Amino acid sequence: MNLTLKIWRQKDSKAKGQMVEYKVTDISEHMSFLEMMDVLNEGLVAKGEEPVAFDHDCREGICGMCSLQINGEAHGPDRGITTCQLHMRMFNDGDTIVIEPWRAAAFPVIKDLIVDRTAFERIQQAGGYISINTSGNTQDANAIPISKEAADKAMDAATCIGCGACVAACKNASAMLFTSAKVSQFALLPQGRVEATERVMNMVKQMDLEGFGNCTNTGACEIECPKGISLENIARMNREYLAASLAKS
Amino acid sequence: MAILDSKVPEGPIKDKWTTYKDKINLVNPANKRHIDIIVVGTGLAGGSAAATLAELGYNVKAFAYQDSPRRAHSIAAQGGINAAKNYMGDGDSNYRLFYDTVKGGDYRSREANVYRLAEVSGNIIDQCVAQGVPFARDYGGLLDNRSFGGVLVSRTFYAKGQTGQQLLLGAYSAMNRQIARGKIDMYNRHEMLDVVVVNGSARGIIARNLITGEIERHSAHAVVIATGGYGNVYFLSTNAMGSNATAAWKIHKKGAFFANPCFTQIHPTCIPRTGDYQSKLTLMSESLRNDGRIWVPAKLDDAKALQEGRLKPTQIAEEDRDYYLERRYPAFGNLVPRDVASRAAKERCDAGYGVNATGEAVYLDFSSAIERYGKEQAKIHNIKSPSAAKVYELGKAIVEAKYGNLFQMYEKIVDENPYETPMMIYPATHYTMGGVWVDYNLMTTVPGLYCIGEANFSDHGANRLGASALMQGLADGYFVLPYTIGDYLSNEIRTGKIPTDSPEFDEAEKSVKDRIDFFVNNEGTNSVDYYHKKLGKIMWEKCGMSRNEKGLKEAIAEIKALRDEFWKEVKVPGGADELNPELEKAGRVADFLELGELFAMDALNRNESCGGHFREESVELDGEQKGEAKRNDTEYAYVSAWEFKGEPSDAVLHKEQLEFKDIELKQRSYK
Repeated sequence: MNLTLKIWRQKDSKAKGQMVEYKVTDISEHMSFLEMMDVLNEGLVAKGEEPVAFDHDCREGICGMCSLQINGEAHGPDRGITTCQLHMRMFNDGDTIVIEPWRAAAFPVIKDLIVDRTAFERIQQAGGYISINTSGNTQDANAIPISKEAADKAMDAATCIGCGACVAACKNASAMLFTSAKVSQFALLPQGRVEATERVMNMVKQMDLEGFGNCTNTGACEIECPKGISLENIARMNREYLAASLAKS
Repeated sequence: MAILDSKVPEGPIKDKWTTYKDKINLVNPANKRHIDIIVVGTGLAGGSAAATLAELGYNVKAFAYQDSPRRAHSIAAQGGINAAKNYMGDGDSNYRLFYDTVKGGDYRSREANVYRLAEVSGNIIDQCVAQGVPFARDYGGLLDNRSFGGVLVSRTFYAKGQTGQQLLLGAYSAMNRQIARGKIDMYNRHEMLDVVVVNGSARGIIARNLITGEIERHSAHAVVIATGGYGNVYFLSTNAMGSNATAAWKIHKKGAFFANPCFTQIHPTCIPRTGDYQSKLTLMSESLRNDGRIWVPAKLDDAKALQEGRLKPTQIAEEDRDYYLERRYPAFGNLVPRDVASRAAKERCDAGYGVNATGEAVYLDFSSAIERYGKEQAKIHNIKSPSAAKVYELGKAIVEAKYGNLFQMYEKIVDENPYETPMMIYPATHYTMGGVWVDYNLMTTVPGLYCIGEANFSDHGANRLGASALMQGLADGYFVLPYTIGDYLSNEIRTGKIPTDSPEFDEAEKSVKDRIDFFVNNEGTNSVDYYHKKLGKIMWEKCGMSRNEKGLKEAIAEIKALRDEFWKEVKVPGGADELNPELEKAGRVADFLELGELFAMDALNRNESCGGHFREESVELDGEQKGEAKRNDTEYAYVSAWEFKGEPSDAVLHKEQLEFKDIELKQRSYK
């Protein structure tokens, strides 16, 4: 198929960006979206032009590196997948596809379609861990039984890949789904309860400092999340936060 | 050969590690804060090492080319992590895990290292649970285990099909705690481009800031390389797009020996290639072979019709199908080890029996399993003479519960429903057992320079067992390196800060800058990928699943010619002082073009078939094992450790003779 691409080009974080139009031809429906981008870039290199910069790495939907707002949707039109798992069979011959970086004040553009997500790093550093040192004498792994239900729920929250689609999908650019996934994982496990109060306070504080917006419960994040992280986690974080605030006051 | 001292401690194998730990020198906590350590790579090995070293009090600088340590490719590991916990009470022990790993590696690993790995395996699970890793549990709230290929016990811990992700996020959380404390300086979007050696010892690295292009000097009292394997030398592999061998290759050129480069694991169950645009291959978990039956048509006409799309697999009658693994290996059937299954698929496809347009695919069929489970369910639910449709419905539900996420992943990529039509699979490069040579301390042949995880060579011999990569990465980072590096650093407490204005830093920085300048200024005609794909094709065809003298000699000559052309004709758009993915790739491919040649030389030298390395000249000539791989312990029971001498072709081979005191050497049989 033949396609028209409208792509955000921006030299660096300080430069002014703009949409630039490209044509790609003979695109196979079996290609992944990023392979289509590879074809575009091979063509640009051949012409001596600078290829379009975009983040990607594992290309199997788990590293969380790839992003892209495609036709206004985070990770494109398919559901439950990342951009690298999106295939061209979701598009039709002659389509125009608009490709933009994640749009959020807390994710400044580095170049073209690449954004800076280190705000997520700082949220994790504020409390996304259990404070234990490495030791060959940690208690036996089976010393604390954990119900299958709690373990499974913690696992569901822990599958977040930190891609940022939730922020990109949200009209407020809120990072509540991301932050609540980590808060929930540890809140559901006995190992995580010890520091639960401090954790939720510190992570939420950092989230606000980074300039993410507030949550207004529209649920767009849950729909666009490639890993199906549930809104329940936001509700759980709100409960944790309230309890922590009361405990602190 | 004095130059290759493995430094394995004396004494019975069970006591070596304990005795070693009792006797090493330690660094006083107050002195640790005056010692700097650089860790390059933040996957399971690098991430766990960085966190643990920082907890101990050292000043750690960690480097990752991605925008976060959490993105390292360890995250993609699906199946699980082995540990000799014996929670199932099925007779597991440290010795058994040790034995299975050495045997699975076809007797080409170092006994003492593997025993230590087994010994600390249980600690890894304890540590990860304490970190909040949500491993699968049973209804009693205790940890669940499953079984993997090549072993007779259930010792694999797992977190759905995302075990690597959860373990990496555990190490990442431990790192985050240390970053917050200021004990780890994290350098995201940075790539190490050279190591700096001062007076024979590793004293720092040269790194490029991938956003600004700035070349930076970082000094330390020791340098740890944890940058993973070199599978992307094949261009197409299950590795991430950015996975590369540059750090490992740069230290090789500065004196670290490179061991067993030809030991590569080609995984049998990956989604086949469909076209030249393909950028990577996706793995389908080994667990599928528990229920899937592998076949190709028995008649060439049928194969041709399939290739041309004139026939559907479901139209081929049972008697016209060749279940070749069941035919050739009645005892193990579809569950033969990875190397055997891969070669058998290639043999059928080379003979013309491949089932897709490229002729490089075989079927993995679940229809028998669906029927078997369906009948079983009908019995359980007391349904008398169920219809075929009912059996299918009942059976499908069971298969879906076991493998649903994998089936869905397959359907997203291939656009076919694997419940109704068999999956197509083909082998793909997955893991590299070879890597930088290290001694028992995980130190390379350069003092103060360590190598851990997939990047080193030590534990998996010529073939790695499933669920052992995660175990090794975390063992090295959490429980081995933090001890062994302390012994070395105990001599560094009076050294003081390492200056970065020495001639050695000047020289290393200059060579890095010269190379970058060359790339951005070269008026070439072909893209970096053009050369990478060509290299990959040579590697796959001549250094792939099956190797012979003629092909390997051709590969050596072809890679060298390709490298010469690359340095004349490569075209890199953009500049040096900006984010430039093409420039990053150029440096990595330049190194693969050298590594590939050494790989082929090593494969040529090793005229035996062992594990993932199959030499057509070394097969059983008669008897029951006719045509199967033949290991040669008399001549090749050694580690090939190559010393760099200017050009890959000048490399000098050193041999570390392998001694097997606790395990008897046997030829593997799966008939």
